[in-house]
Amino acid sequence: MTVNRRQFVLASGKYLVMSAAASRAVGYVLAGSPERAPGYSAHDHWWAMAIDIDLCIGCGGCVRACKEENDVPLEPFFFRTWVERYHVPEGDIEHPMVDSPNGGYDGFPERYREGDGSKNFFVPKLCNHCAHSPCVQVCPVGATFESPDGVVLVDKDYCLGCRYCVQACPYGCRFIDPRTHSVDKCSLCYHRITKGLTTACCEVCPTGARTLGDLKDPSDPIHEFLRTNMVQVLKPQMATGAKVYYADLDGSVR
Amino acid sequence: MDTLLAMVEGFMYPNEVELQWSVLIVLYPYITGLVAGAFILASLERVFNVEAVKPTYRLALLTALAFLVVAPLPLQLHLGHPERSFQMYLTPKTDSAMAMFGFVYLWYLMAVLVLEIWLDYRRDIVLKARSSTGFVRGFYQVLALGSDNISPRSLEIDERLGRFITIVGIPSAFLLHGYVGFLFGSVKANPWWSTPLMPVVFLFSAIVSGIALVMLVYMVVSRLRGKPIDMRCLDTIARYLLYAFIIDFSLEMLDLIHRMYEADESFKSLDFMVKSRLFVSQILIQIIFGTLLPLGLLALTQVVRLTEMARKNIYAIAGVLTLIGIFAMRWNVVIGGQLFSKSFLGYTVYKMDFATREGMLPAIILMVAPFFILWGLIRILPPWGDDAPPSTVDTE
Amino acid sequence: MRELFKDKEHLVRMAGLFGVGLLVFVVLRGVLIPADFGDLGHYRASALDDNSSVELRFAGRAACELCHDDVAAERAKSAHRSIACEACHGALAVHADNPEAVFPERPEATPLCVACHEANVTKPAWFPTVIPDEHSEGEACDECHMPHAPGFEEVGSDG
Repeated sequence: MTVNRRQFVLASGKYLVMSAAASRAVGYVLAGSPERAPGYSAHDHWWAMAIDIDLCIGCGGCVRACKEENDVPLEPFFFRTWVERYHVPEGDIEHPMVDSPNGGYDGFPERYREGDGSKNFFVPKLCNHCAHSPCVQVCPVGATFESPDGVVLVDKDYCLGCRYCVQACPYGCRFIDPRTHSVDKCSLCYHRITKGLTTACCEVCPTGARTLGDLKDPSDPIHEFLRTNMVQVLKPQMATGAKVYYADLDGSVR
Repeated sequence: MDTLLAMVEGFMYPNEVELQWSVLIVLYPYITGLVAGAFILASLERVFNVEAVKPTYRLALLTALAFLVVAPLPLQLHLGHPERSFQMYLTPKTDSAMAMFGFVYLWYLMAVLVLEIWLDYRRDIVLKARSSTGFVRGFYQVLALGSDNISPRSLEIDERLGRFITIVGIPSAFLLHGYVGFLFGSVKANPWWSTPLMPVVFLFSAIVSGIALVMLVYMVVSRLRGKPIDMRCLDTIARYLLYAFIIDFSLEMLDLIHRMYEADESFKSLDFMVKSRLFVSQILIQIIFGTLLPLGLLALTQVVRLTEMARKNIYAIAGVLTLIGIFAMRWNVVIGGQLFSKSFLGYTVYKMDFATREGMLPAIILMVAPFFILWGLIRILPPWGDDAPPSTVDTE
Repeated sequence: MRELFKDKEHLVRMAGLFGVGLLVFVVLRGVLIPADFGDLGHYRASALDDNSSVELRFAGRAACELCHDDVAAERAKSAHRSIACEACHGALAVHADNPEAVFPERPEATPLCVACHEANVTKPAWFPTVIPDEHSEGEACDECHMPHAPGFEEVGSDG
């Protein structure tokens, strides 16, 4: 189907009757150039993510979308988000077999067999945007910080590249970008969420296994997600105030 | 890099496969440990009036300074953005263990070591300035800050102030290296590092390595100068080395036993690592050859009456083994702490490059550099009184 | 008094040197600390803007449906209704910015279908999967299933 100028102008007309938030988001998209989000008030939001383990099919769409949206190096050592495959022999939650070939970027070629008494599932991982981030705590200069809307961000132009934060993250979410020599990590697509869009990984997730949520917005579906599911965060013993909430997280996941 | 993936055993989080802290970060605690240890040995003489170790007092101070000057270089070289390191002084975050490094370092370098050495050497500096001409004279005059006053009263004031600085210096040396231990010990994400014993273990291993270093330097320098070794001094230093080593080893064993007995979620993973990928550097080099053997040798000199020659040989061997052992300890902490996955499900490897920025070559250069600096410092400020210029002290 | 000072003069000079060093440090700090540092917390406030001004690659479903409302309507009742356009068509912010100049290629269906629907033990039981070779014997998926509305009852409705 081809969109000609007439149709496009008609579409622009529709743009006027969209909801305010949606039209603002689309406005940024149509603007075409990288822009700040001047109308965005960080103090009115508190971002989190909800992940439903039972919905993840391990397609790797989120990994690919993340690398594209955020220009993450394609080598298999650099991931802002990745997907792990868990294989838990019956009852043995202490010794799961885990793999994440190329972070799940190319999907997961079959390696287990049906009916061996095991439990199998995928676990998408990303920065947990901890409210008490160990990585933020150790940064010597304030090059990584918790934003007023609850996102752990990096100031690439201020980072020393000392890598202390990489050591301090219990979840392995940080890496040094070999091109900038600064640290890099999931920004929760800060350039998107501040413009009313969802993150790239949530945008492309075909089953809705991962959903961005705003805990300060009482109408956000994440409240129902947290209320109606058995929810856990990764490594709760680390007391990091993680804000990526998993439904149906198995005890073997670490 | 793909070969690296092939060497991963079990599961690592993808971002964990490549090690973050290289051999340079091994050097950092090693070198600062040598500094702290050498200084504490020097302080013994001054604060506790141990006359026997006096021949090494100035040598230990200069050794500490030579190594302290080099201490920040491995960190600087390792940074992704070395040109931004000054930001540590601009916007240090008070709850970051690392942010305080710059301040602790500056305090120790300027307020303790440089000041103490200056006060102790002032008389020599002024005398040198008086007895030399031209450029050399100017150089020493600058070092003396243009002052020519070495009256007994002024020297007495220097002595009192120097003693005070030494007293402040001991906790500062403890701070410098205990701090380095805290840097690792406070990383809760890493069970290999995260223990409150870490600063204490680092401190005592620092004292051990510093004493061993000064002992060896003293022996080598004496031989180079063709002067006899003061055996009372050497025996005393060796005895201190033994005592410090016993405390250090006990602490490390306490840590080990505690880990084995508690056997928390990380234990199986760490235990496997020590028995496989760290076996050579931890069990063989650090514990057997770097700790038990020198401990045994040093203990031998305490219980058996040996000839002077035998004692010297034993001290030399024990000293070298100790330095290797403590280096292995730093290696096992820094590198070992990154070989296992924080998922406790797998292990990676450390591939040391050679002639890259963080490779073996710069590490060797950084390790050799302090000895050249020490040589230079000894030329400028000879630590021994016996070849000082003929005394021309004005008695006013 | 003067006699007393004489023997401490060198210390005063050293103290002066430290004082000068300290002064230089304080002045340099004042000059070099970024102006917006600390406005919101222990970081450069403008780092928030740096993070929010990154270029968009995925336009988002709302932007697609602005023009392609016919496809949106067609998909509204299909099993694939919750899948965003760019999950299959790829990141197309450049196209949304400039619909006439940048025109995307229609992606090949089969690899996309297989990426999700190929049988795999680890996939949750509720998710429909097939063994592609057995299921279609090499036939392209979109011979029978239309990606925008894959159910059989809808075949042919995808104009």
